[in-house]
Amino acid sequence: MSESTGTATPDRPADLPAQSPPVDPAVTASLKEKPRAGGLSFWQGDGGEGAKRNLGLIGVLVVLVVIGAATRWDLYSNPDWVWGNTLTILKLASVVGVVTVGMTFVIIGGGIDLSVGAIVALAGVWATTLATQSYGAGGMIFTAIVVGTAVGVVNGVLISYGRLVAFIATLAMMVAARGLAAQISGKQTQVSNNSFINGIASTDVLGIPLLVYILAAVVAAGWVLLNRTTFGRRTVAVGGNPEAARLAGINVRRHTLLLYALSGLCCGIAAIMLTAQANSAQAAMANLYELDAIAAAIIGGTLLSGGRGTIVGSLLGVLIFSTITNLFAINGLSTEAQNMVKGGIIVGAVLIQQVQFRSVTQFFGRQKATTSG
Amino acid sequence: MSTESTPSGDSPLVEAPADTVAGEVVLRLTDVVKTFPGVRALDGVQLEVRAGEVHCLLGQNGAGKSTLIKVLAGVHRPDSGQVQWRGEPAHFANPQAAMRAGIATIYQELDLVEDLSVAENAFLGHEPKVAGFVRRGHMARRTREILSRLGHGEIPPGRMVRALPAAGKQVVSMARALSHEARLIIMDEPSAVLAHDEVDNLFRIIRELTAQGIAVIYISHRMEEIREIGDRVTVLKDGRTTAANLPARETPTRDLVARMTGRNIEYVFPDRPTAPAAAADLLRVEGLSRTGEFADVSLSVRPGEIVGIAGLVGSGRSELLETIYGARRAESGTVRMGGRPLRPGSVGAAVRAGMGMAPEERKSQALLLGEPIHRNVTLATFTRYARLGFTNAGRERAEAERIADELQLRPNDVRRAVRTLSGGNQQKVVVGRWLLGDTRLLLLDEPTRGVDVGARAELYRVIRGLAAQGVGVLLVSSEVPEVLGLADRVLVMREGRMVREAPAGELDENTVLDLVMAGSLMEGAPA
Repeated sequence: MSESTGTATPDRPADLPAQSPPVDPAVTASLKEKPRAGGLSFWQGDGGEGAKRNLGLIGVLVVLVVIGAATRWDLYSNPDWVWGNTLTILKLASVVGVVTVGMTFVIIGGGIDLSVGAIVALAGVWATTLATQSYGAGGMIFTAIVVGTAVGVVNGVLISYGRLVAFIATLAMMVAARGLAAQISGKQTQVSNNSFINGIASTDVLGIPLLVYILAAVVAAGWVLLNRTTFGRRTVAVGGNPEAARLAGINVRRHTLLLYALSGLCCGIAAIMLTAQANSAQAAMANLYELDAIAAAIIGGTLLSGGRGTIVGSLLGVLIFSTITNLFAINGLSTEAQNMVKGGIIVGAVLIQQVQFRSVTQFFGRQKATTSG
Repeated sequence: MSTESTPSGDSPLVEAPADTVAGEVVLRLTDVVKTFPGVRALDGVQLEVRAGEVHCLLGQNGAGKSTLIKVLAGVHRPDSGQVQWRGEPAHFANPQAAMRAGIATIYQELDLVEDLSVAENAFLGHEPKVAGFVRRGHMARRTREILSRLGHGEIPPGRMVRALPAAGKQVVSMARALSHEARLIIMDEPSAVLAHDEVDNLFRIIRELTAQGIAVIYISHRMEEIREIGDRVTVLKDGRTTAANLPARETPTRDLVARMTGRNIEYVFPDRPTAPAAAADLLRVEGLSRTGEFADVSLSVRPGEIVGIAGLVGSGRSELLETIYGARRAESGTVRMGGRPLRPGSVGAAVRAGMGMAPEERKSQALLLGEPIHRNVTLATFTRYARLGFTNAGRERAEAERIADELQLRPNDVRRAVRTLSGGNQQKVVVGRWLLGDTRLLLLDEPTRGVDVGARAELYRVIRGLAAQGVGVLLVSSEVPEVLGLADRVLVMREGRMVREAPAGELDENTVLDLVMAGSLMEGAPA
């Protein structure tokens, strides 16, 4: 190629290693400016950049809490109330949080799942039919999880082997699964008579609701799966560059299918949690959860085009949303205003990531570097 | 020299000497230089194009033809040198400026909007308008005029471009050029997408255009086309004009090829082992075919042998490599590794059998650009280090660091994102991926594209070193010297078929280039 003419010398010694190729100045510059922490910390598990982004999200959470304290100091001055309110926020976040973990995998893997809300509804309804309830709590949990996973598998087959665009396939599933849920329930609210299931939402362990433990378990499992397993590595590869993954010998189609199955599984778990909270299930439950989950993942730094994202970030996204909801509730403001603010937050978060991402993270990165020594 | 402004109507064409064309000079480039970071793409180009002529541009891949076209089309601005357009110094700030001046470019990948109509494509961006409304009737009428001027009045202006065959789309591209009142049309390998009879039609159109005084710059690798349609030829090599205004019909192919070859820089190729160990075939491909890509290809690679495939872009070489690798499914034929047939269309099976591939498009086909180096290096092998599905980050990192040292990756920190590496170092990451695990056969598609000289030599050393360890290498490159310098045995591919196989020592650059371009030096090559 002609690029060589300028730099080449005709009689080059046969052994070249001493000759170093021209180094991009930008590369050297960024080499200098990036301080690097020592070993593998918890935060670094998600990747260095993700960790910094998550620090930013924690900052947002702190700001929201400060606003809450400033507007309702009468409540916040009572530590017992603060603890109780924190648990309320976590409980509020638990169901959507579980769904968001599955959604995060799907989006990192380069897809999207619009059917999660509908899958939750279908799994919840199927688990609370009189026939299923006759098998007891075990039968109900089993049914919800199997139904959720099965619907996810159908999504996955349509997308990876039927080559449907994920948006279309899961949009169709969103409509169809709600239809099936309405069909099964006869458009009625199905009351759960199972005290074990109902107790899931009302039980506290060591003063913390069981639902919060379930969320924590799912998040922890998701984190390990994404950061410590071959499944997680494949997810990032498939979403980051499907062709490169394929040519490296990864079975992209099978993995894509598994991602949607995983999302369905999370929906099945969420269905039980939501049924327990309401002591009932109906076809209209978990309405618009897909949007909450996608928004939380995006706020959490998951790239909508795939290949990048963190479980911790998504969790923080969910927490930010439920904290906002809580903030409006304690101030007695309308849900309409709340939705408008949420919309603004989504846009703001993405804008910050795009435009100011560098400077924001550098700020936090530097803070972190100086504090850690 | 310069402007004999005889109106082209009554110019004594018959009397003109064979190597000149009567039209006035419309375009003259003097000492045009264009550098990119680390690359001197154009290094003193001279070009003279006259009205009504077909001026052919010849040169190997990387000779600077594409850059030259982009300078003329207003995509790039030259660093120095003069561009004279119709007697005036010209500076095209952007493609629109070049268009307005009357230079139209038809790129290899036609830039048409498939879901718009023929007329809408022809007038895209400069639709005739009244008060913001497109004058559809007027546009259709003018499109019909232009199409009949091109001899294709039968194409309905309202037809969707998607519904047209490749040749029809090309006509629409030319209609777009004419809708701009183009006086110079640049065609970049226009015949590459056309069937044989469609090429005749293309030539008829070109003749009609030149008869109207329009100049054409025609780029092609096919000698017979240059002979048939061309008036004069300018040859580029390494960004320089090595011969200008040669008569297209009379200049012997041997002379043209000689002007294109012989590099200024001698690449340093590692020594070949004196006698490659005779062993059983590692890879054996028999009768492999895919319609429209390649037909009945048979080849073999022995352990420790480097086999090079020379061929132009579009000769089917990349498709062949991907099919051997299972990334495309063969329609017929077999691929055997170590005697055992591979499941067709399965990359997983090929990788398990010990194949690895460094694909042509590094960034889009091989790398996770945002991910760190070590994860890219272990992309094909991380499951080997994992236990019960849990990855072993420490082991992976250590293996990646070992590879980085072995390949002298710069920078050497494997935690850096691959995005920040230079092209050569990115390629090392891709090749390094297959040094882990038990790769027995490495498929390399254009391994040194976009790689600077120093890193090239290192890559050559790595490839030769792999062969010395018994790995078989199948290498595809459009750079003939690279194939000849690196490979033990060379296969020449043209239009989907193998046309020659010989030890590298028995071939020279001219012969291979001639074969690749379907020239006349080697008569009777099996087609």
